[in-house]
Amino acid sequence: MDFDLSEEQRLLKESIDGLLTDAYDFDARKKYMKEKGGWSQALWGKLAEQGLLGLPFAETDGGFGAGAVETMIVMEALGKALVVEPYLATVVVAGGFLRHGGSAEQKAKYIPGIIDGSKTFGFAQLEKNSRYDLFDVVTTAKKKGDGWVIDGEKFVVLNGENADTLIVTARTKGGQRDKSGIGVFLVPANAKGVTKKGYPTQDGLHAADITFTNVEVGADAAIGDPENGLPLIERVADEARIALCAEAVGAMDESLKETVEYIKTRKQFGVAIGSFQSLQHRAADMFVALEQARSMSMFATMASDFSDAKERSSAVAAAKVQVGKSLKFVGQQSIQLHGGIGMTMEAKIGHYFKRLTMIENTLGDTDYHLRRVSEGGGLLA
Amino acid sequence: MDLAFTKEEIAFREEVREFFKNNVPPETRRKLQEGRHLSKDEMVTWWRILNKKGWGVTHWPKEHGGTGWTTVQHYIFNEELQSYPAPQPLAFGVSMVGPVIYTFGNEKQKKEYLPRIASVDDWWCQGFSEPGSGSDLASLKTTAERRGDKWIINGQKTWTTLAQHADMIFCLCRTDKNAKKQMGISFIVFSMKSKGVTVRPIQTIDGGHEVNEVFFDDVEVPYENLIGEENKGWDYAKFLLGNERTGIARVGVSKERLRRIRALASKVESGGRPVIEDPAFREKLTACEIELKALELTQLRVVADEGKHGKGKPNPASSVLKIKGSEIQQTTTELLMEIIGPFAAPYDEHGDAGSNESMDWTAQIAPSYFNNRKVSIYGGSNEIQRNIISKAVLGL
Repeated sequence: MDFDLSEEQRLLKESIDGLLTDAYDFDARKKYMKEKGGWSQALWGKLAEQGLLGLPFAETDGGFGAGAVETMIVMEALGKALVVEPYLATVVVAGGFLRHGGSAEQKAKYIPGIIDGSKTFGFAQLEKNSRYDLFDVVTTAKKKGDGWVIDGEKFVVLNGENADTLIVTARTKGGQRDKSGIGVFLVPANAKGVTKKGYPTQDGLHAADITFTNVEVGADAAIGDPENGLPLIERVADEARIALCAEAVGAMDESLKETVEYIKTRKQFGVAIGSFQSLQHRAADMFVALEQARSMSMFATMASDFSDAKERSSAVAAAKVQVGKSLKFVGQQSIQLHGGIGMTMEAKIGHYFKRLTMIENTLGDTDYHLRRVSEGGGLLA
Repeated sequence: MDLAFTKEEIAFREEVREFFKNNVPPETRRKLQEGRHLSKDEMVTWWRILNKKGWGVTHWPKEHGGTGWTTVQHYIFNEELQSYPAPQPLAFGVSMVGPVIYTFGNEKQKKEYLPRIASVDDWWCQGFSEPGSGSDLASLKTTAERRGDKWIINGQKTWTTLAQHADMIFCLCRTDKNAKKQMGISFIVFSMKSKGVTVRPIQTIDGGHEVNEVFFDDVEVPYENLIGEENKGWDYAKFLLGNERTGIARVGVSKERLRRIRALASKVESGGRPVIEDPAFREKLTACEIELKALELTQLRVVADEGKHGKGKPNPASSVLKIKGSEIQQTTTELLMEIIGPFAAPYDEHGDAGSNESMDWTAQIAPSYFNNRKVSIYGGSNEIQRNIISKAVLGL
């Protein structure tokens, strides 16, 4: 048992923390958000230069063969700096589909573009009525000749407007909530029949609602088994949730730091408001919430390699529950302790709160995952 | 980073489990599972079994009977002990006064007291809190006045746990009235059989008798019973309270209780189905299990850190353990209350001391719920813990 980072992992952490300290303060972030598409190509290029976009890929695919801990380190750092670039959608999610389900041809075709920073992705999964159930899919993929024809509507696709390629879940067989008959397809974002309505999200990212009308793709578009894609989708979704937990820990960590710093300096009644016990105890409770979340983020990170999918899912869901509870408390109380200034767009703290809030509602909220763990027989067994 | 136990550690756990299975008296285990109090004999019997195995004072230095285990082995041992469940060694002797004596005591004191702690020939109790000195412990008023080669002790201690069984007490006494309050305190040990010591029971809201008031009326104690230096007692008290950082989370205790909750909730019916099938109840139970898993990991982080970097600089996460650990323990007793609902009401006046066990497993559930309110109060109340976090960790 060992919670310390290895020498290499420590260097990785130093390198990304260093990069973001130099290139990603609050003003820089505001600037990046105004660039085309809502994020910075130049910064993305720097991430590529440092090898961060290639971390999880096998060395034979041009990557570094890094594991879940490395992704945790990166996501935590991205959370601290409130990075808006599409790391989750591109490296974690699209990268995950390619690594776990991609054919040799697909890997060769798509992974180099991720690693060198020239291509980004979007994951078109959410539907009007699916909410958090990954198997609830109405969008269809019908066989036509060797290839497929995709029809349906997807919502809140992160990086959907800018992505070069979309990864789309679509039903090849069965009814809306059947667990079999779901496929995963690589669809060029500029394919005929793809229409996108892009918009900024509450937390400063960008997403799109996307309609697929008679979109034709080849046989090579399907990742894995087009009639039984759910296990792959669940695995990648779990990896995305693990990454989100780490990102949230980074954002909470920084929120607490900012808040403690603020109440040490803000004076009322002639003293720093941090000298008041009611505020001190609130801050202490925020620390407890953060540390509990950090523990579960580590737990989930370790679980990503569990061979038993049920065990993995239950651990990840449990982590999402703890992180969801903690982020709500830390996020809300950060605003409260900042007082009026916390309500303004100018102050950084509100932006942490907004990102944390959106993380809770991505890929299953606290109640959803609590129900999953509960229906699976709890966590003790 | 690797959260798995090594092969050796897993084998060690098996060894510990196997030993408990073969050696904990079944009646003792059953009573603990049902939340009943144990008799003095039952506890001492078990501790002597443990000591005979060489596991009575596991974390002491080897020369005094310790095991030389790694921090992870200690963790595993405690966790298995709590979750079997079997009685934990008497903290007042083993975790509190023992380490103070082997760290600050002289050779004669080490020889005289340490073996008798390990063999449970002496049952120790703790003379810290006073009626006017709870969280503000340093304001204590009990005095020890030097008269020749004796101390004359006067005053009153309270919340003295299991003093009714005790042979010895370690006591914080004011020895310099003129010094700043933390500076004039000494750490003195003496026999509870001394003339002038009176123990009066305090009955707690659960009906039980765990704690006492202890009065000292011109108690004569040999001067040599002073541990360490005169007026340095506060330092030793702080050492003592900081010594046991990880056991306080009581993860094993809560694990055992959650297992029992699942088992009972599958048997007891409500609304035509077992309680466990009520989604609202089950989600509360699951939420508690998740909190406990997070706490277990937090505790392991602290344990791993101590193993690697020594106990010098405590991991900041250690302050979380007391707060979360006590909250979770209390939640488990609330869940048990929910399972039995209206059948929590009947009260067995004789308590378990009267060994009236005609009442079934429901008898101790409400008392245990009432009793467990103590866990967020003792050992530095959770409010004091928050003060510690805000000052020591956050720098407020």
